[in-house]
Amino acid sequence: MAGFGHYTHAIVRGIPASLAKEALRSSQSEVDLAGARKEHEAYVQVLGTRLGLEVVELPADESLPDCVFVEDAVVVCGDTALITRPGAESRRKETEVMKAALKNLNLNIVEMTDENATLDGGDVLFTGQEFFVGLSKRTNQKGAEILADVFKDYAVSTVPVLQGLHLKSFCSMGGPGLILIGSSEHAQKTLKIMQQMSDHRYDKLTLPDDAAANCLYMNLPNKGHVLVHPTAEEYPESATVFDKLKDHMLIPVSNIEKTKVDGALTCCSVLITKRANI
Amino acid sequence: MTTESGADSEAKQPQENKEKGKAKEAAKPENQPEELPAAAGHSTPARKEQEPQEDDQVSHQSSTSRLSRSPLKGVKKVKIMQCKVTMLDGSDFSVNVEKRVRGHVLFDKVCDHLNLLERDYFGVTYRDVENQKNWLDPNKELKKQIRTGPWNFAFNVKFYPPDPAQLTEDITRYYLCLQLRDDVVSGRLPCSFATHTVLGSYTVQSELGDYDPEELGSDYISELRFAPNQTKELEEKVMELHKTYKGMTPADAEIHFLENAKKLSMYGVDLHHAKDSEGVEIMLGVCSSGLLIYRDRLRINRFAWPKILKISYKRNNFYIKIRPGEFEQFESTIGFKLPNHRAAKRLWKVCVEHHTFFRLVSPDAPPKKFLSLGSKFRYSGRTQAQTRRASSQIHRPAPLFERSASKRYNMSRSLDGAPITESHETLMKDSAADGAAKVIAKGDVITTVTEKKAEEEKAEQDDAQMAAETPEPETPLRHDTKTDSEQTDFAFDGDMTATESEADEDSEMPTQDASPLEEMVKHQTSISELKRSFLETGDNTSGLTEWEKRLSSSPARSPRADEPPMIVPLEPQDTKDEQPAGEETKEEVEPKLSEAARYLVKYVVDSMATDLATSSGPHGLSLSTTMDDDVFMDGTLREVDEKTPDSQEELSERAELKVSPGAVRQEVSQAISDKKGTLIILKDSEDKVDTEGKAMSPVDEEEESIIPEEDEAEENEMLSASKEKETIKEDTSVEARNAEDKTQRLRIEIKTEDLTQIKGIDSPKKAMASWISEEVKTEASEVISVTNEVIEMTNGVNQEAEFFTFEEGQTEQTKSFKEVQTKKSEFFEEVQTKKSEFFEEVQTKKSEFFEEVRKEQSEFFEEVQKEQSEFFEDVQKEQSRLTQITISESSTTSLAASTLGWVPSSEKTSAEPQEEMVVATETEAAPAESTGPTSLDVVEVGTKEVPVVHTETKTITYESAEPDTNGDVDPGVLLSAQTITSETTSTTTTTHITKMVKGGISETRIEKRIVITGDSDIDHDEALAQAIKEAKEQHPDMSVTKVVVHKETEITPEEGED
Repeated sequence: MAGFGHYTHAIVRGIPASLAKEALRSSQSEVDLAGARKEHEAYVQVLGTRLGLEVVELPADESLPDCVFVEDAVVVCGDTALITRPGAESRRKETEVMKAALKNLNLNIVEMTDENATLDGGDVLFTGQEFFVGLSKRTNQKGAEILADVFKDYAVSTVPVLQGLHLKSFCSMGGPGLILIGSSEHAQKTLKIMQQMSDHRYDKLTLPDDAAANCLYMNLPNKGHVLVHPTAEEYPESATVFDKLKDHMLIPVSNIEKTKVDGALTCCSVLITKRANI
Repeated sequence: MTTESGADSEAKQPQENKEKGKAKEAAKPENQPEELPAAAGHSTPARKEQEPQEDDQVSHQSSTSRLSRSPLKGVKKVKIMQCKVTMLDGSDFSVNVEKRVRGHVLFDKVCDHLNLLERDYFGVTYRDVENQKNWLDPNKELKKQIRTGPWNFAFNVKFYPPDPAQLTEDITRYYLCLQLRDDVVSGRLPCSFATHTVLGSYTVQSELGDYDPEELGSDYISELRFAPNQTKELEEKVMELHKTYKGMTPADAEIHFLENAKKLSMYGVDLHHAKDSEGVEIMLGVCSSGLLIYRDRLRINRFAWPKILKISYKRNNFYIKIRPGEFEQFESTIGFKLPNHRAAKRLWKVCVEHHTFFRLVSPDAPPKKFLSLGSKFRYSGRTQAQTRRASSQIHRPAPLFERSASKRYNMSRSLDGAPITESHETLMKDSAADGAAKVIAKGDVITTVTEKKAEEEKAEQDDAQMAAETPEPETPLRHDTKTDSEQTDFAFDGDMTATESEADEDSEMPTQDASPLEEMVKHQTSISELKRSFLETGDNTSGLTEWEKRLSSSPARSPRADEPPMIVPLEPQDTKDEQPAGEETKEEVEPKLSEAARYLVKYVVDSMATDLATSSGPHGLSLSTTMDDDVFMDGTLREVDEKTPDSQEELSERAELKVSPGAVRQEVSQAISDKKGTLIILKDSEDKVDTEGKAMSPVDEEEESIIPEEDEAEENEMLSASKEKETIKEDTSVEARNAEDKTQRLRIEIKTEDLTQIKGIDSPKKAMASWISEEVKTEASEVISVTNEVIEMTNGVNQEAEFFTFEEGQTEQTKSFKEVQTKKSEFFEEVQTKKSEFFEEVQTKKSEFFEEVRKEQSEFFEEVQKEQSEFFEDVQKEQSRLTQITISESSTTSLAASTLGWVPSSEKTSAEPQEEMVVATETEAAPAESTGPTSLDVVEVGTKEVPVVHTETKTITYESAEPDTNGDVDPGVLLSAQTITSETTSTTTTTHITKMVKGGISETRIEKRIVITGDSDIDHDEALAQAIKEAKEQHPDMSVTKVVVHKETEITPEEGED
């Protein structure tokens, strides 16, 4: 995939105060709201200022404590955007603002209306050649089917998410044909399944920490391969692994607070490729 | 593809003539039978008419191809049928063929008409009674395939090339495009809107040329179809894009089209409706890389060809047996329900063909060399590799052809259709003719064989024929079609090996391919010559004397430890081949000989795929499935022969110790003759499985009693041998080796003898035949059920599978067994860690070697490959550090379980080990103190060779995670196993080829054990690297699943240890 990672736009959303207390989380932990906002600010800055993406910032919505995690609300591939039906009921409304924003970007919008379907964008791994959809607490078969129906060009394979919230809780793309994967047993197992299901060949980079395997990869003009990854403070062991990516521009971004509510780096943005209109 | 009624096509006389004119250039003499009207008259596909024709056919069969040229009586009697072929552009092409011609005649005519040279990607389809699309079998008569329907066909792409850019000619791509356009428009190839737009725009460019509003107008596009549901919006987008393509040639547009189309996930996927075991509706998609399972649009599983050990069908069930993955211990068989029997068979065939076409490299077929030996189980056409090679030979000026509906590129039209450069056409034809000749030659040989054993075979054949109650039209015919491809290609035995490294085909073909050595070739030729002569003369006992001499002159036989006793059933063909060769080529040629033998074996193995089923007769594997008479017959024969040498060998090996060769011979032959019918049972008993106690129970007993002894003996031999080796060092080993060689020769000889014997002894064989036919009958009526028996068998046989390694009832081993197990797990863990550690490093580095290897391997193996090559590196490093190395049994044994393993080891190296950088060395920790049995994975293995005293043993096993063959607790029926040893100054290569039937699918494993005898002047690294490289070359299509490096360092003989 030549164009893989050639993003031009990013959609992000602010952090509502409700996140600290009400956002869904798998472990009980205190979120420092100010800290989270600070981190998020830095994150957005990296995307916009440092990497030059056109960032669309959506306002936070206090009634949607998880709304900062925009990734779950939509799956964008090419110029088609599938508005999801998030698995968590409390998050369904997050899609509304998202949809409007995507329309503004002139994407073809497809909505997941089937009431039996759920899909979180965090369960969707697009490799550039195909989709893997994690069947998790948040995403079901029907949701995956609809995704397959929308993105007909690509193979859509389902893989089980044995542990953790989302498929991308322990993996992400680190480049064209490069999968970043956590070293936990379930992560490795899932990777095996992905490899088995795929007609394509992928390299993998195994990170000691599952969570560290969630990074933002981009391929940007004048910058080449870019990887926005967690910091060494968070994952000292994994940080050394990133250094192996010699060809990548490595940008560590702190994400301590959002991690407490299961928010990884990819969760906080929707990356979009807008072609210079044909 | 449109199907039209028979009446339709018959009534199309005038149109047909018109068509004809259009296709004039391509038309051959055969195309103009004078009595066209008559032909039409005869074209009624009435069944009754066909029967009497059979007689006709027999007498004229040979003349079919030149019929047109000899318009004497042939033409009068021959019925000409008019075929209507729907072409890819939607037009109909009518062509007359003789009624009884085979499918390829029609196919060739169509291709000629199209001026298509790269035709292997294409095929002709017809609709069966259920209106299902079936591929025309090129080797079967048309009328047998069409049966009742009208003679309507369609020309289609059969194998979608994964990379169309690699096609040589534009014209080929054009036809591929046409197919894909239809696939897209019909919805078979789903695309997103964006892709529809892009594909549509290239289609327009290809068909209409540059956008030109004046000529085209604004609505020019609506006439064209781009999508199942074409919208105005789509058309507008297409036009938008079309405008940007100014100056793009049609050929370029097609290339772009294909580049986009090939990325689509459903490109080239042949979908079949099915239900899974729980009755859920799914789709099975067959494609170049394997089998895909879909539920709705979702891919829920995928089985790459290397992952599939076996494909079979029974009734309306379709089964695949899956190689155990990293997380499973056992092979699993997955069953799918197809709508009906025909659907199951159709799917099976498509799988077999795809597997063959895309997975197998084919022999470079040095013309004629292997004619006589040709493999049986092959898809009859060329494989992709072959067709690519052939295409590279195409040197004609790009043919002008008319793109249908083209409005601008009528240049070609002025030339009126498709002009052909004659010379090139002939070129292509030549090769085709070549192939035909080959087939014939093969047929000849087979016939020869048949004649030899005409009697028995006939009996069998008849029985088989009678018994086989396949509803398939082709079945009854099988016996008179002798071509390899037929048997291979569409054998109905339901058995197929579609394995990665263990596949018969995989392993075989490449090997043949990889014999660039001239001498090898020479040798081979001579062998086949010899073989031929052998076949003609019949018996060949002369070799015996020589063997005797050699035997008697040899020192007491010291069976080599590294040639563990094993069951080595050989194919009769092999035997024959080997034997004469052995005679002629004396000792120095030994390596070569074995090489040659390997070749032969490979062939055999290859062909065995089909036979397997047969040979596993008692278990009713393939027999149960719709049987091919031919195959059946063949297999049976082989079985007998095969097994015989097997037991014989064992006997001879052992007997040899005390008895004179002559006696051995007699004994053996005696045994053989007695056994004839029992062979199968022999196997069973060995497998500790209860045989169905068929006819030969008495013999059975005999066998049983013999075997335990043998085992004992074996073990003893091995033990002593290894000890001996250690102490006596090189001398001994050399001796041992010699002895071994001799043994082997003896074996060969005996086998030959055996053949002769067989010839003389009909009765057992006949018994067998009848027994088999019984079986068949039963099975057939039930429409076969593979069943538990088989499974049981398989289980029992598992031990067999690990062949020489694992033997039950050897209590001495228990102790060490446990030990080994513990160690194994420890070691394994270590290796695992190591693996992952290295993985990344290697990934980035990717040594040259690695890349080379990679290239060689198909992409499916790449993952495995990577790890593997990494290991090689390690191994090599290791190797250099090693000092004194001895071979121990454990290596052998562990190998046994591996698919393809190399065990480099050396003896008596003088260099001292430098324990510096320890890459893989850590792994050795455990082994270091423990003696012999450190082989990780194969527990059973190490057991055998517990007492390796005086040595420090290091065993490193590198095992790719994917093809996990060891845990093979799910066993198979050992069909045959063969060991070939070749020797050079410093290395001894032992190749074990095992054939097994597991639940009806055959599997071949090739294990190479390379013993590098350590002299200080030998570069072990190099030797190892070389060995690996060679093996790779020999089996380019196989993957290395395991490499075991076993080193033995000699240490002061202080503690005898266990």
